[in-house]
Amino acid sequence: MIRHTATVDGNEAVASVAHRTNEVIAIYPITPSSPMGELADAWSAEGRRNIWDSVPEIVEMQSEGGAAGAVHGALQGGALTTTFTASQGLLLMIPNLYKIAGELMPCCMHVAARSIATHALSIFGDHSDAMAVRQTGMALLASNSVQEAQDFACIGQAATLRALVPILHFFDGFRTSHEIATIDLLDDDDLRFMLDEELVAAHRRRALTPERPVIRGTSQNPDVFFQAREVANPYYERFPRILQETMDRFAGRTGRAYRLFDYAGHPEAERVVVLMGSGAETVEETVRWLVERGERVGVLKVRLYRPFAVDAFLAALPRTTRMIAALDRTKEPGAVGDPLYLDVVAALREGWRQVHGTDEPQVAGGRYGLASKEFTPAMVRSVFDDLATPAPRRRFTVGIVDDVTHLSLPWDPAFSIESDDTVRAVFWGLGSDGTVGANKNTIKIIGEDAGLQAQGYFVYDSKKAGAVTVSHLRFGPRPIRAPYLIGQASFVACHQFDFLERFDVLEAAAPGATLLLNAPCPPDEVWGRLPREVQETILEKRLTLYAIDAFAVATEAGLGGRINTIMQTCFFAISGVLPVDDAITRIKEAIRHSYGRSGPVVVERNFAAVDRALDSLHRIAVPGGVTSTRGRPPVVPREAPDFVQRVTSVILEGKGDLLPVSAFPVDGTWPVGTSRWEKRNLASHIPVWDPAICIQCNWCSLVCPHAAIRAKVYDSAQLAGAPAGFRSTTWRGPDLKGQAYTIQVAPEDCTGCNLCVTVCPAKDKSNPRHKAIDMTPQRPIRERERTSYRFFLELPEADRSEIRRLNAKGSQLLQPLFEYSGACAGCGETPYLKLLTQLFGDRLVIANATGCSSIYGGNLPTTPYTVNAAGRGPAWANSLFEDNAEFGLGIRLAIDAQSREARRLVGDLAGVIGADLATDILGADQRDEAQLAAQRTRVAELKRRLAPLGAGPASRLRDVADLLVRRSVWLVGGDGWAYDIGYGGLDHVLAQDRDVNILVLDTEVYSNTGGQQSKATPLGAAAKYAIAGKATPKKDLGMEAMSYGQAYVARVALGADMNQVVKAFVEAESFPGPSLIIAYSPCIAHGYDLRYGVQQQDLAVKSGVWPLYRFDPRRIREHQPPLQLDSAEPSLPVHAYQRNETRFRMAEKLDPVRFRRLAERAEQDAARRYAVYRYLAGMMVPTEDREPDQPQAAQVPAAQEV
Amino acid sequence: MNLATEYLGFALPHPFMVGASPMVDDLSMVRRLEDAGAAAIVMRSLYEEQLTGEQMATMHFLESPANSFAEAATYLPQPRDFALGPDEYLNQLRKVREAVSIPVIGSLNGVTPGGWLSCARLIEEAGAHAVELNLYGLPTDPAEDAWTIERQGVELVREVVEKVRIPVAVKLSPFYSAFANFARQLDAAGARGLVLFNRFFQADIDPENLDVQHQLHLSESSELTLRLRWLAIVSGRVRASLAVTGGVHDSLDAVKAVMAGAHAVQMVSALLRHGPERLRVVREGFARWLEEHEYESVAQMRGNMSLLRCPDPRTFERLHYIQTLQSWQDFL
Repeated sequence: MIRHTATVDGNEAVASVAHRTNEVIAIYPITPSSPMGELADAWSAEGRRNIWDSVPEIVEMQSEGGAAGAVHGALQGGALTTTFTASQGLLLMIPNLYKIAGELMPCCMHVAARSIATHALSIFGDHSDAMAVRQTGMALLASNSVQEAQDFACIGQAATLRALVPILHFFDGFRTSHEIATIDLLDDDDLRFMLDEELVAAHRRRALTPERPVIRGTSQNPDVFFQAREVANPYYERFPRILQETMDRFAGRTGRAYRLFDYAGHPEAERVVVLMGSGAETVEETVRWLVERGERVGVLKVRLYRPFAVDAFLAALPRTTRMIAALDRTKEPGAVGDPLYLDVVAALREGWRQVHGTDEPQVAGGRYGLASKEFTPAMVRSVFDDLATPAPRRRFTVGIVDDVTHLSLPWDPAFSIESDDTVRAVFWGLGSDGTVGANKNTIKIIGEDAGLQAQGYFVYDSKKAGAVTVSHLRFGPRPIRAPYLIGQASFVACHQFDFLERFDVLEAAAPGATLLLNAPCPPDEVWGRLPREVQETILEKRLTLYAIDAFAVATEAGLGGRINTIMQTCFFAISGVLPVDDAITRIKEAIRHSYGRSGPVVVERNFAAVDRALDSLHRIAVPGGVTSTRGRPPVVPREAPDFVQRVTSVILEGKGDLLPVSAFPVDGTWPVGTSRWEKRNLASHIPVWDPAICIQCNWCSLVCPHAAIRAKVYDSAQLAGAPAGFRSTTWRGPDLKGQAYTIQVAPEDCTGCNLCVTVCPAKDKSNPRHKAIDMTPQRPIRERERTSYRFFLELPEADRSEIRRLNAKGSQLLQPLFEYSGACAGCGETPYLKLLTQLFGDRLVIANATGCSSIYGGNLPTTPYTVNAAGRGPAWANSLFEDNAEFGLGIRLAIDAQSREARRLVGDLAGVIGADLATDILGADQRDEAQLAAQRTRVAELKRRLAPLGAGPASRLRDVADLLVRRSVWLVGGDGWAYDIGYGGLDHVLAQDRDVNILVLDTEVYSNTGGQQSKATPLGAAAKYAIAGKATPKKDLGMEAMSYGQAYVARVALGADMNQVVKAFVEAESFPGPSLIIAYSPCIAHGYDLRYGVQQQDLAVKSGVWPLYRFDPRRIREHQPPLQLDSAEPSLPVHAYQRNETRFRMAEKLDPVRFRRLAERAEQDAARRYAVYRYLAGMMVPTEDREPDQPQAAQVPAAQEV
Repeated sequence: MNLATEYLGFALPHPFMVGASPMVDDLSMVRRLEDAGAAAIVMRSLYEEQLTGEQMATMHFLESPANSFAEAATYLPQPRDFALGPDEYLNQLRKVREAVSIPVIGSLNGVTPGGWLSCARLIEEAGAHAVELNLYGLPTDPAEDAWTIERQGVELVREVVEKVRIPVAVKLSPFYSAFANFARQLDAAGARGLVLFNRFFQADIDPENLDVQHQLHLSESSELTLRLRWLAIVSGRVRASLAVTGGVHDSLDAVKAVMAGAHAVQMVSALLRHGPERLRVVREGFARWLEEHEYESVAQMRGNMSLLRCPDPRTFERLHYIQTLQSWQDFL
């Protein structure tokens, strides 16, 4: 039989089998499982069929809970059904997993196992999620590699149909789900061979049908529930046998044999490691290496974890086993041991003596690899070494340095078992330069065309703009079983020269390795430009050095900054993995495949770049000694705080793995204001201000996504110490008139997105090409602007009380307390958040739903929320994706409870603290900044008077006195949260009368997970799960919120009406009940240059797609219609807006006729919606003569401060 | 009345055809145009520059954010069927070709020699009966001389003519220093038709915002005179058939164009303004005029007022200019 191989990642390998062996797939995006759903959807969209020749139904649900419900229903309906998920998603499925298992519904679902959010969220892989469902009745099947993930998807589907016990097949998130490897593919005949048609028919016969009606899901009482729960026991008892038979049948077909517990190693091993997941591959390879060197060690790979087959487990272990280390990739705090350890101990206790007739082996419980922490052969060896000691540790961790509870085992980082016949290459690149994409093609070229085994794994930093990527590629003649990063690379490429100053790029270079640099200079200048440390390492490790000015080649070829195919060509030329001509032919095929959809021009330009690459590649002569005197600059400046120096800078340098346990806060609490210490210098060009032309509108500052261009008004006397080149003029605004005014760029924080320049309305009358802000090359002015910016930051902030006109202009004189985030260049969300912090930052509490805003808002190493000179600033927390409205409400409830208590105590202690002060505090109006400042002064005085009073009520009041100043609670998240997964909670909070403000950053897709459609996606837009263009209209969330009549609701778009945005924020905040602001947020998932994000928003409003309005229930009492329509009747066709965005263009290209129909409906929808709003905007609401009831929150004394 | 004419080698029942316009985007409009009696139809122009721009931009927006972030390898779907390029244009060309039985002429505005050639071939492969090369570029570079520009244009036409089997028409602007000579060079290079003259978006100035705006106004009959003059000058001096475009709004306009030498009359603005049925009205009025003036055929009338045949060519060449000036003096 001819076997076909391919290089695919784990997600694709699994999804391919799942799509071909199911009829219904219900999904919801969650990292790292999202690609499985996306692929399945894409395949169905293009009509790809399963092995029964039908196209599987794919449905995206509103949450994983919804997906599980749909799976359950589809199974009851008799369809072969599956789902894909991970982490929190799996937790949301738990109730249905109990149901599916309890009803013996055959199903094989697939989990890219990932950690669960605890002290922090992590998207990376471990078994926390799979272990959290081990009690549900689902069988748990673990695969350890890309090949196994594919095979087990098939074996699981076949076994569940026979056994009726549903299966949860899991594999390591990222390490397996995202690793690209060469595997033997299962073809349709293999799948048909494995799936018994009679069993499929039997499943169908169990479907709910009125032809043979039955009832399922009864309610049972104490008399029978227990027995009925036990009656299914035989199914679990025979499951292991059925699974093994299925594995055997699979082996007979494919030659790949699996067992419930696979042992590998010395037949008379004394020390055995038991584990599951990709780490087992590492252990097996290390065991092989150790056995070859005479050690009696082995590994037991757990395939079937539930039901735990004790007999098979015991039989699989060598009789000679004396010491076992059970390794868990999860943590169960407070348990006797982690789950696998406990199962191993119990299983040994239950049957070892009966099976082997000897004393039970000793068992140690070890924990490793949480959140994709590296697990290397060196760590495996340290485990075996510890087992060989006279007193092995009973509990240990490996892979970290635990200097708190001292559980960790030491390991030798230099230890390596990798063979010399494997090429190991590490590539450093920027996300935007395409390095990873080209490397994925390289793997395919080598793995599929050259007949070698290939492996690729990619590491990304957490930034969305200017992300650093590191690609780890292995190639060799034998299967590669090394699921860990490359430590000894034979080839290192650095595609961005600046990285040499920021990172230890050569750390992974093996002695004698080759180094390829993309150097922006002639060959003879390359050596001289290298930092001293790099020169030292090149000499010390005897590296061979090559260089190319890839940007010059790319520019000549008309490719801008896309250097990936050029560097790829150089890799093949130098590495010799393939003959160069062959490689170039295959690179061009890959280019045609990858860029064909972008069009022939793109393909041809890449061809030209490839053809030019080799002529520009040079071997650089390495002199005998170091010539550079310039060392790498410190990662963070010396003035950075201690924590930043000790912890943050280490993570920034890419060496976070080295930090010991004691470096970390115990409860996930981190300091704010750290993004200021990370200077990434991303922009090649930055804005420079010309005060002579500026009209002082401050729009540049308002739209800047990164707070990298700022406005400040200050006393001109402050200019006395201004550095040379610092620019200033006289402020002409009504507030603070006559003071000095400066617009200043943060040169090293700007991402070069151009938004500020695009929006700037001020042009030089003689030369309109010159605006008040022009983009200028950063390098030549970096130092000057850095000095100016430092001086600018030291200038005192304007007195907030003096800025009375809170509009687009005035708001920008307030200090932003959200700065330099890792959001995309041109991000449409972050300007709203920055504005939020400017308006209310010093009394702001944010509950942030998981999503883009929680990643750029709270992903280490540095975070953007910061403090003012008084040390006050936004307090921020992320709970989950689905619960943010409830989470934020809880914060409000706590504030209300404590502020009520504070007011009560102030009243009770009036005699002690002074009646006047008490009266003033309790009666204080806190509507504007002056009033808030006055209240802060009173609270300070209160604390001063309370200080000597000792314990009791006075002490309690001291603890809560700060809550006498009004706090602003904001619930922030994207449309995935607000429209879909969190909608139930959001709706519930809107139905309450608590003073919370909800800000929905509406990008109209799940941006963070890669652009899947949400219910906010507009009609006709292509998104994942709506590839041909969404066929249903966007949900009118605002209208739904308005239906309560008691919530403030606004729909805003910064690019269309800046003043309306500020007005809405201020009104929402002042409204003493729930408020909802839906903010149009341009996103890279819309597919256009975000420098035009402002114009696109304007077009969205003018075409009626995004009408602007404010609904304020307070207006009812003023006998005004509560709804104010802030945008004019649509004056442009919807097409004028849609034609600029790839998301619409793609749908149009795919099916012009269908798109035209959708576009016409969008046009009608826009007109209809506007007509409805206009009608409502003219509608008076009857009021009663008496004052309406105050919302409950307003009855709380603290809330009356409004 | 014999209205028959020949254009690009096609025997047409009359000279009235639809010039390059967005009307071809709508197949029902295309059918209405045929029903109104259009003798041929020219597709809207395929702009190589726009194709290139869209492709590069799409690559940028699809590829730059891709493979940059652990949670998302891409941010837009990657459908296999989605491919930028001239496909939409070519598909529409095929559909128009299927929808009507009259000749369909592709229209192309290229930038690079390779672009011209490859797009012309694609247009041919898509089934166009002929291709109209819209030879227009703004020579803004002061270092570029007129001779070079003309030579490049002629070379381009020669190359396309050699590589495609369908007839090639060349749509021209009036901004050539020696138009008559240039027309003859194109004729020699193999152009089967010359189309006088193209109209483009014009740059206007927004004085409030210090900005430049692009706009396209529909043509007026007053624009016809420029075309009449050059048709008259070229008529009979080239083998290529001649078409007029820009300024024909009524039947008398058409009569003048044919008298100046036009084999075909392309209409766009009048149809956009009054609907496709306008073509029938103008054609019928044209036939009526010929009958009333006892012409036997279009062929009889074609070129009778050209430079070669008009009563006094010197008057046509010079006095026309003087008379116009004098007519202005009446308003002083």
